Amino acid sequence: MRLDQLPLKCPAKVAAVAWDELAETAARRLRELGLDEGVTVEALHVAPFGKDPIACRVGRMTVALRRAQAHCITVETTVEPVAA
Amino acid sequence: MNPAPMVALVGNPNAGKSALFNALTGARQKVGNYPGVTVERKAGRMSLADGRPIELIDLPGTYSLEPASPDEQVTRDVLFGKQEGERLPQAILCVVDATNLDNHLRFTLQLIALGLPVVVALNMVDMAERDGLKIDAARLSKELGVPVIPTVAVRKRGIDALREAMAELVGDGTVHRIAAGPGFHHEDLVVLQRRARAIAIAATKEEHGARKVSHTIDSVTLHPIMGPVLLFALMFVVFQAVFAWAQAPMDAITAGFDGLGHWVEATFPNGFVRNLLAEGVIKGTGAVVTFLPQILILFFFILLLEATGYMVRAAFIMDRLMARVGLSGRAFIPLLSSFACAVPGIMATRTIDDPKDRLTTILIAPLTTCSARLPVYTLIIGSCIPNRQMLPFIGLQGVVLFGLFVMGIVCALLAALVLRKTVTKGPSQGFMMEMPKYQAPSVRDVALGLWTRALIFLKRAGTIILASNVILWVLASYPVAPAGRLQTEYSIAGRIASAIEVVVKPIGFNHHIALALPPAMAAREVAVSALATTYAIDAGDDTDKASEEVGPKLAKDWSLPTALAFLMWFVFAPQCLSTIAVTRRETNGWKWPAFMVSYLFVLAYVAAGATFWIATWAGL
Repeated sequence: MRLDQLPLKCPAKVAAVAWDELAETAARRLRELGLDEGVTVEALHVAPFGKDPIACRVGRMTVALRRAQAHCITVETTVEPVAA
Repeated sequence: MNPAPMVALVGNPNAGKSALFNALTGARQKVGNYPGVTVERKAGRMSLADGRPIELIDLPGTYSLEPASPDEQVTRDVLFGKQEGERLPQAILCVVDATNLDNHLRFTLQLIALGLPVVVALNMVDMAERDGLKIDAARLSKELGVPVIPTVAVRKRGIDALREAMAELVGDGTVHRIAAGPGFHHEDLVVLQRRARAIAIAATKEEHGARKVSHTIDSVTLHPIMGPVLLFALMFVVFQAVFAWAQAPMDAITAGFDGLGHWVEATFPNGFVRNLLAEGVIKGTGAVVTFLPQILILFFFILLLEATGYMVRAAFIMDRLMARVGLSGRAFIPLLSSFACAVPGIMATRTIDDPKDRLTTILIAPLTTCSARLPVYTLIIGSCIPNRQMLPFIGLQGVVLFGLFVMGIVCALLAALVLRKTVTKGPSQGFMMEMPKYQAPSVRDVALGLWTRALIFLKRAGTIILASNVILWVLASYPVAPAGRLQTEYSIAGRIASAIEVVVKPIGFNHHIALALPPAMAAREVAVSALATTYAIDAGDDTDKASEEVGPKLAKDWSLPTALAFLMWFVFAPQCLSTIAVTRRETNGWKWPAFMVSYLFVLAYVAAGATFWIATWAGL
């Protein structure tokens, strides 16, 4: 699943980041904000107009980013949906 | 004598660096600019327990030593001793946010690797405790190999301990300057990040819950419906305050300057000095200083919203709307500041890291209706627009004023759209920002911020605006016209105006307007005093009385199409030397200010002309 598709309030782990799909500055900024493989993320809020950007908890920070960049980040949900 | 040892204050954005700087230096601060670059140099004096002075330099917040913006470049260059006009710091005071250790320690590790003595201020420990986070400062100090002092900068906690640690750092004051080593800024960020995380985990004793308070507030401020409602309500309150609360102090300042003028007229003998002081200096400068209350009220709210951490949320909410015209949410804050004055607005664009985004924001900033336009709008609307009731509680004059504000905003957005597709073409860099924790602002920090802004504004009034008033007064008063000739035609200013009139006659401007346009280039509000002066000079000797009646004179002398065209001119025309100067400084050259001035003049001429001819055709 990509980070932009992750439902709100659903903790997940960053599995992979498509660094080469990101502009160089965007990639560096992502790393500086602690968004890296292995870190926990959780989508918390979506902006009111057009549901873009989104705000995510990344480690101990809240980070705002646009969906286009969030789409380059693959996540795995850590909490498995409760099996019926 | 040796200069005081210099210590650099460094840290991630949102670590509470400015609060710490204020707590350590108080009002002993100096703000300047580095030569050749646009970044502010903020330095202050602090004294150690034994009275020895230290120069503390507040460097722009940055995430690493690989610079992205000019701000971050300066931080790096100062720490490497490469910044022109700056000595190499003797030690580093590194601020980290106790609630966000794993991210902030990465930068700390980079700084320690530079080889300069480092002390770490473990800031916001109260917030960490609030979040259920206990950090072992001694353990952290052992892991990092440098002293770590827990602090709460906004409450001035831990400041004395920090002073002591700094005393040890600078030693006996003799300067053993080690050249900064390369550090491991070439090392992969990921490696550093892992080490930082390991240290953070080792130093954290207890942890439960995380940033509950901020998350609770965000569930309201970032709510899909409540969020925008709250933002627009806040903006409404801010503008209401700017216009309602400022009235009394503005009246007081005007009265003060009037009193001063009368005193000068009563005290000095009639002649050149008296007239220059009373008409050129006091009246002209007073017209500008009057706006101090409005500017301070607007800045009070901006500083408050910034200190609490709300501004980034506002940028988040507005990002999508700004993206429609090719900007990002980050441009929202500078544009909001521009309603007070475009100069600090343009300076606030420094937080935008994408150069195209930043340039576009600078170029459209003069279109937002700054407070200097108000006196012009008020004078013209008050004297030339009929005070007719349109709907209950809604008068025509108010509608025109509101319309002028809206026109400024709409045209700024349209201009951004056009610029982004032409001269500042390029891919959008997106919007990626850390959202800081909510925090109760410190009264002292807000007060200090206001004080600095007030000083900057008064300095401007005392230099550019004062000078332009004096020059106008001299040019309009000499040579003295012989009997039968109008002073406003015969004087040097009058002759210049006659030349300008040829150009502006087609858009409905008269000789008096032509005369007021050049001085209004210095600052818009000068147009009011310039019109007052020109009508007064023509009125004869009784200048003081005549100037008080400029409103009715305009009402008699100007047609409605002329008045409307004049208002439109003021929506667009680039009429402020400070804005042009700050644009030159922030873009490092004359190319962009020249471009800005040209496109704004073209817009102003076309808009004023169209308004004049349409109004004339409509028979107004």
